Amino acid sequence: MAAPIRSMGKPTGDRLSCNTTSFQKRSRSKLVSIPGTRPSVQNGQLIVSTGVTSLDYVIGGGLAVGTLLLIEEDCYDSYSRMLFKYFLAEGVVCGHELYVASAQDLPDDILQELPSPILDDVASPKPVESQTKSCDPDSQDAMKIAWRYQNMPKVQMALASSSRFGHYYDVSKTMDPEIRQAAKCHGFYLPEHSSTLTSLSPSATGQSPMSEAYSSLLNHIQEVIHREGFDGSVPQTKSRNILRIGLHSLGSALWGDDLCCSDNPDNGHALTTFLYGLRALLRSSLSVAMVTMPSHLIQNRSLMTRVTRLCDTAIALESFRGSDKETIPLYKDYHGLLNVRQVPYLNCLVSDLPDNKDLAFKLKRKQFTIERLHLPPDLSETVSRVAHGGLAGAAVLGSSGCGSGTASNKHLDF
Amino acid sequence: MFSELNSILNTSPESFKQGEFILVSDRQNDASFLIHHFLSFYLRAGCKVCFLGFVQSFSHYSAVSQRLGVSLTQAREKGQLVFLEGLKESLVVLLRGEPEVSKRSPSVDFLRDPGSGLRGLYNFVQSSVRGSEGGGADWGPPVLLVDDLSVLLSLGVSVVDMLDFSHYCRATVCSELQGGMVMLVRCEAEEEEEDSDEDSERLLRGLTHQCSLTLQVQGLPTGYCRDIHGQVEVCWRSRCDGLQNQKKLFQYKVYDKGTSFFARGTSSAVL
Repeated sequence: MAAPIRSMGKPTGDRLSCNTTSFQKRSRSKLVSIPGTRPSVQNGQLIVSTGVTSLDYVIGGGLAVGTLLLIEEDCYDSYSRMLFKYFLAEGVVCGHELYVASAQDLPDDILQELPSPILDDVASPKPVESQTKSCDPDSQDAMKIAWRYQNMPKVQMALASSSRFGHYYDVSKTMDPEIRQAAKCHGFYLPEHSSTLTSLSPSATGQSPMSEAYSSLLNHIQEVIHREGFDGSVPQTKSRNILRIGLHSLGSALWGDDLCCSDNPDNGHALTTFLYGLRALLRSSLSVAMVTMPSHLIQNRSLMTRVTRLCDTAIALESFRGSDKETIPLYKDYHGLLNVRQVPYLNCLVSDLPDNKDLAFKLKRKQFTIERLHLPPDLSETVSRVAHGGLAGAAVLGSSGCGSGTASNKHLDF
Repeated sequence: MFSELNSILNTSPESFKQGEFILVSDRQNDASFLIHHFLSFYLRAGCKVCFLGFVQSFSHYSAVSQRLGVSLTQAREKGQLVFLEGLKESLVVLLRGEPEVSKRSPSVDFLRDPGSGLRGLYNFVQSSVRGSEGGGADWGPPVLLVDDLSVLLSLGVSVVDMLDFSHYCRATVCSELQGGMVMLVRCEAEEEEEDSDEDSERLLRGLTHQCSLTLQVQGLPTGYCRDIHGQVEVCWRSRCDGLQNQKKLFQYKVYDKGTSFFARGTSSAVL
């Protein structure tokens, strides 16, 4: 069986690549005309990648165009900031336009920190695969350990969908300035805009439930969307594109909000009203937004739920750094937990429910990934001695350890 | 329209009880599938429907209704459905450069001045449900559907104003015109933490007092499950005969084109 493959290793590789291209042609219908988007498998909604492939998988394939993703920041805003940059970097690589708003850093500074894409990988993933395939028989001839399992599918650690969508990034390097400058970016830096705010007459915004900072941000976004023709209502002659909106640390004190400081904030409706307006803007345009919020600082929990309800997808990051969870052995392979708070219902009754809600994330040397949370194999001596004592116990342990990855990995479920 | 729910509630589009105020609430779960049910139910029944959609765009409701076998676009053209798209209307107000006073739609007046209450919205409802009397084609009794009254809490409307609004609507739609009313309210916190969120709890309690039938959607007490999406508590409040309130609890699973309801513990995934 191995010999024919080895004798004509190269031709098969060529044929493989031919097959894949013809297959792609058929799937690429007229619907997809914007780079970096594709229709969702579930409901046909146009989706874009968040930049983290495993996150796309967790939220049901990707972010639907016209929706809002809320990220509840972890304690030091380190991992949520990374997701924020991934989101923007994916936009740069796909040629989308960007909109970055922040009250803390200059938008240009944020853009300078974007991770570098691993583009070679994207260009030719197939030949590499065929090479490894032809190498496989050799290694199998040499030694067969655990031959019973050779037909079992490889358990994939990081979550990912079967087909390729989105790009991979190397967080240890920053993006090449040339690539970065090719993308068109609109910035909103609150301190720059606040000077124009004060000159405005207070009567115009005085009665409105929104605060001035949010009101000017919403107007600025609307202006950009309208000027660049992202609102579908205006017929466009040039090719359509997607606007990626990233709003950093909304609701923090720098945005002039007192949500973080008091239990019963004065302008508790300012942020929710803004999000409602943003939702309305997104629904009527070719844009997609990511908002991060320091939810651990916000005292009023019900306000946070209200905010979540106004967003479409909501995830929360809880990093172990500085918390006592860091020392728990179960968590030793991970950097934090990821909660999917809400998945959207779009044009259908059912949403794509995950099979398992126990998710954890880790930051490898170059990459941020999300995995299912499970117990690592226990290799310490004491445990193995206990297991040898009772055969039944060993069998139970074995089955839970080697069982297929799809089943829930916590044996406490039932 | 979910036929299983109809048999639970003992109604059908051909014969349904008039003058009912149905309150749909949810806690740690999503009850919007019930709103879609009632929308298609009343459109099939030939009622004049006034829909206040604050959370989603028209295209969303239209796409879901299409799957349930009802076309909203046609109903809207025929004049059977009056649809207020809250997102679109509010955006005009929230952005600067609003149109002239004469062109303003008064239905979202509460965003211009939070103190003014929901009078504009009520006037909108009233004109659309009463419009059927003078119009050429006559539809059945009017029905008011509200998708998520609690969104208004996020927009700064006070609980008192909302209870006033629902009371006025009930007087007009349910009592005077013998129609029907369905409202969705989403609660935020756990039931145990009484004082955690006063507003949405007060709203729920106030509306529960007014309504004749409640459908409470909750998560499973045992936690997340992929095959059972949650449970619904149906509670009939008998007003006149002084009998005890009747309660029933069902578990449900939402499918692409419908929902199945079953008694507790009888899911096909368990049996």
